[in-house]
Amino acid sequence: MHKAILSDKTVRLTAFALLALAAAGLMLPAWVVNNMMFGLARGAAVLGLLVLWRTGLMSFGHGLYFGLGAYAVALSEQWLGLSDFALRIIIAMLAAVIAGFALGFILRRYRDIFFAMLSLAFSMVLYGILVKTEALGSTDGFSVSQTTFLGWAPEGKQVLFTAIIAVCLTLAVLVQMYLRSTLGRLTTAIRDNEIRVEYLGYSVSQAIHIKYVISAALAGAAGGMMAMALGQVDPDSMVYWTVSGELVFITIMAGPGSVLAPFIGAIIFEFLRTYAFEIAPHAWQLIVGGTLLLIIFFLPGGIWSLLERIPLIRRLRHD
Amino acid sequence: MQLLFTILLDGLVYASYLFIVAAGLTIIFGVMKILNVAHGGFYAWGAYTAAYFIGSASEMGFPDWFGFLIIAGSALAVGIVLGLLIERIVLRRLYDHEEILIVLATFGVFLILEDLILLIFGVNPYFAYQPMVALGSVEVGGIFRDVYSLTLFGVALSVAAGSWWMLTRTRWGKLITAVIHDREMALIVGINVRRLFVVTFCAGAVLGALGGAYIAPTVSVAPGFAVDVIVLSFAVVVIGGMGSIPGALIGALLVGLLRALAVHKLPELELFVIFLVMSAVLIVRPEGLFAPAKARKI
Amino acid sequence: MKPNLLKLACVFGLAASTALNALPAAAKEEFKVGIVTFLSGPAAGPFGVPGHQGAELVIEAINAGELPAPYNTPGFAGARLAPIFVDEAGGNTKQVAEYRNLVQKQGVDAVIGYISSGSCLSVAPVAEELKTLTIIPVCGSPRLFEEGGKEYVFRTTGHAVGDGVAAALYVRDKFGDAPAYTGINQNYAWGQDSYKFFDLAMETINPDTKASDNPQFPKLFAGQFGTEISTLSLDKAPLVHSSFWDGDMEAFVLQANVRGFFRQKTFISTLGASAVDRLGKGFPEGVVIGTRGEYGLLVRDMDSPLNRWFVDHYKEKYGEYPLGPSYQYAQSILALKIAMDKAAEAVGGFPGQAQIIDALTGLEWDSFGGRISMTLGGGHQAVHPVGYGITGWNKDSGEPVATDVVFYPANCIMPPEGQTGIEWLEAGMPGASC
Repeated sequence: MHKAILSDKTVRLTAFALLALAAAGLMLPAWVVNNMMFGLARGAAVLGLLVLWRTGLMSFGHGLYFGLGAYAVALSEQWLGLSDFALRIIIAMLAAVIAGFALGFILRRYRDIFFAMLSLAFSMVLYGILVKTEALGSTDGFSVSQTTFLGWAPEGKQVLFTAIIAVCLTLAVLVQMYLRSTLGRLTTAIRDNEIRVEYLGYSVSQAIHIKYVISAALAGAAGGMMAMALGQVDPDSMVYWTVSGELVFITIMAGPGSVLAPFIGAIIFEFLRTYAFEIAPHAWQLIVGGTLLLIIFFLPGGIWSLLERIPLIRRLRHD
Repeated sequence: MQLLFTILLDGLVYASYLFIVAAGLTIIFGVMKILNVAHGGFYAWGAYTAAYFIGSASEMGFPDWFGFLIIAGSALAVGIVLGLLIERIVLRRLYDHEEILIVLATFGVFLILEDLILLIFGVNPYFAYQPMVALGSVEVGGIFRDVYSLTLFGVALSVAAGSWWMLTRTRWGKLITAVIHDREMALIVGINVRRLFVVTFCAGAVLGALGGAYIAPTVSVAPGFAVDVIVLSFAVVVIGGMGSIPGALIGALLVGLLRALAVHKLPELELFVIFLVMSAVLIVRPEGLFAPAKARKI
Repeated sequence: MKPNLLKLACVFGLAASTALNALPAAAKEEFKVGIVTFLSGPAAGPFGVPGHQGAELVIEAINAGELPAPYNTPGFAGARLAPIFVDEAGGNTKQVAEYRNLVQKQGVDAVIGYISSGSCLSVAPVAEELKTLTIIPVCGSPRLFEEGGKEYVFRTTGHAVGDGVAAALYVRDKFGDAPAYTGINQNYAWGQDSYKFFDLAMETINPDTKASDNPQFPKLFAGQFGTEISTLSLDKAPLVHSSFWDGDMEAFVLQANVRGFFRQKTFISTLGASAVDRLGKGFPEGVVIGTRGEYGLLVRDMDSPLNRWFVDHYKEKYGEYPLGPSYQYAQSILALKIAMDKAAEAVGGFPGQAQIIDALTGLEWDSFGGRISMTLGGGHQAVHPVGYGITGWNKDSGEPVATDVVFYPANCIMPPEGQTGIEWLEAGMPGASC
């Protein structure tokens, strides 16, 4: 198993790409590092959606877990004074996993548009609670203080950046392992024909439930990382339906081809938005929306399918 | 007693508004199986067009009742023009794609429509209060109400009756019902499904624009004010059953009344109650309370 | 060869000024300032755009040395101010990201901005982290300095405690016999705090006027208030307090006015004056309105050279009167100029950030509407009188006016240094000299 992972070309490429990014982080200007962190954090949530999307399921409410992760970080600081990176990530994932596990019992019965809508409804319930509850920060949300590492509070963002890369790398490798396992390979089978999978002796709803929890955990970690990278959480930027919509948008833009794709897609999205906002503050949604349409029309495999034209990356396919 | 009556009336006003917006969404979903996020764009465009022309008409000295003509005209013009354009440019390429992709494409369209508003109408809010002021107020149940928002009942009922009549009493309606039940069969028996789609989409767009145009006189029409409307009308449609007009009516009543109850008695629950109902309904009856019957395919 | 050397020197100078901003920097020709206001969304019309215009007008005038004396020296410590305007719409999280972009990507020397208390509260910690001078012209939450002192953040306008206390005093003076009051405020820090301060101030100032048990807190930017208006109408309380400010204020006024709401209730709007000018004849008469200080409609006819200059030039350039936010943005730009000039004089060269901060701390100056003193929050928080008036209509000029304007002095409406607004109000406003 151990060996199989190290020889997995996707894993190698992902590791190489992310480690190169970590090294580059030492030389990049601060704003680029920031955008990269936002991109990586969002990328982890998109990775979660990719796990679902491979089965043909799409959640329009992953802002729920993204927000839970972010608020877990903010509230654990408010209530318990936690600021340690590892603890924050664990709490963020834990909050998302618990909620995902509970809601999974309901959601695993649904497919297609109903799955998407029900997820949306759940996320909007959380949004309603957050907006209306003064103790939870209401519309303003909370500031999140600087993240520490075993008591050490480093100057600047480089350490946090490296730590986020480490988390993303770990998550990507774990997801790749999962997708290559028997359980993971059921993914495509379920998409093609559920009844056939049942006849093979697997429980489809259980497989979907596991998938859902994994994807919730990823989105939770993502929200936690986002909260740390930004230093701010609020319901409109973490839970609202447009946030979930953005995540779906990046999933489609990135393409389902590889576990590396979500991170590439999310980083590109972050820069696209920064520049669109700077160059045309009143037309940035137009640029983003237009890009989305063009990708749906002309690039069904997303950005990843463009990268696959590079021979080195193309070989991954037959991996 | 007075409180109960007030809650009932507030709830009905809000429900009428929700129904007008949600009806278009549910018609499009019922016939085309498209969950149209761009509906919020129709709403915003309807509101902006109406507000813009009501404002200029008032400056040019037209009488206030003229505003109602402008509202109707804006809804029709916006709905038909945007409906045709979007159907032709975007949706036509995507009919055989997955539902989720189409939803996402309409999300892209929504973003584009939002920014086109900024580019064309600018960032300053528009006011078009003349029609509302012209109708004045009446005392109902001990408090004053503006007649304008009471006319929402009439509009909502006309929309409900009109679409019922269209669907059950006209040839178009019969064709649409056929398509709703079984798209493939409808194609086989020679129904021009494509043309039906265009008409349906435009009709839905007109209703979305009407919702915006009609509400414009009561609000300050500002950028981004349609974002909330999308999820609200989604909730209404999902509760009632996607694709069902009576369902949208029930959904709107439920949401409108519950919200009014919450605002009066438990303001903390206001936002949350709507989506709680939506989740509850989805869990118990995933197809919604009044989903149209589906033909079983063998 | 020479120009290249010059460039190199400039680069070094810039690097030095950021790295060692404790030392006086080399003279600069351009001082880059990020200016953040709402350029889109429901707050743009009544707040963001007037704020933007106020800032723009004064920046141009100062760059050209055209302000009235004593501020008629050109530039900011001789440097031209180059503004970068940024949109405040899009939520707190986006503002935090945009703030980082401004400082780290665009390399601004200072940031002036933030209208919503949501955005200013979330940006302040980042300003401290990035050690960048940030002047907040409008945002009114007292939490800004109550939650720990700030080194780099200043606020050149008063905060919500003053607005609430002044409103309660105005009620005492004009509607002292009212039996009860209620409120409608937006459901976020600003709205909740504003009502809380008014509520507590009323307990001390008008103990006989009772609070309603059902004040309304609709969602920010909700836009439709039909149900809330019914609830308030059913409430027996004749006074209604509100800190609505953006498109919500305008929408509420339109919807409530048609329903005769303002004939039955005395509506006390702590910062709704922006809507008065924008709605014109559509705004009801007899409403109590404030501008959070000596700004906008309440000081429109005040005859000081600075105020006349501001009102006239603003009207000439934009075809409308300056609103409260126009004054507030103009005022923070002016504060920056005065501090920079003062610091330049002190160091005998172009001042570094630390010197500008020193000069700004505890600064007192005559602004367009009146005198501003940075006396609270360790010299970072301004105080000034706050007043209210009642809306009326001038038939001759066809313009709205404010009558019965009363201003209450700063030492009577603001908490003393070292005490939070809530503590001071709950203790019964000790030391207030009214």
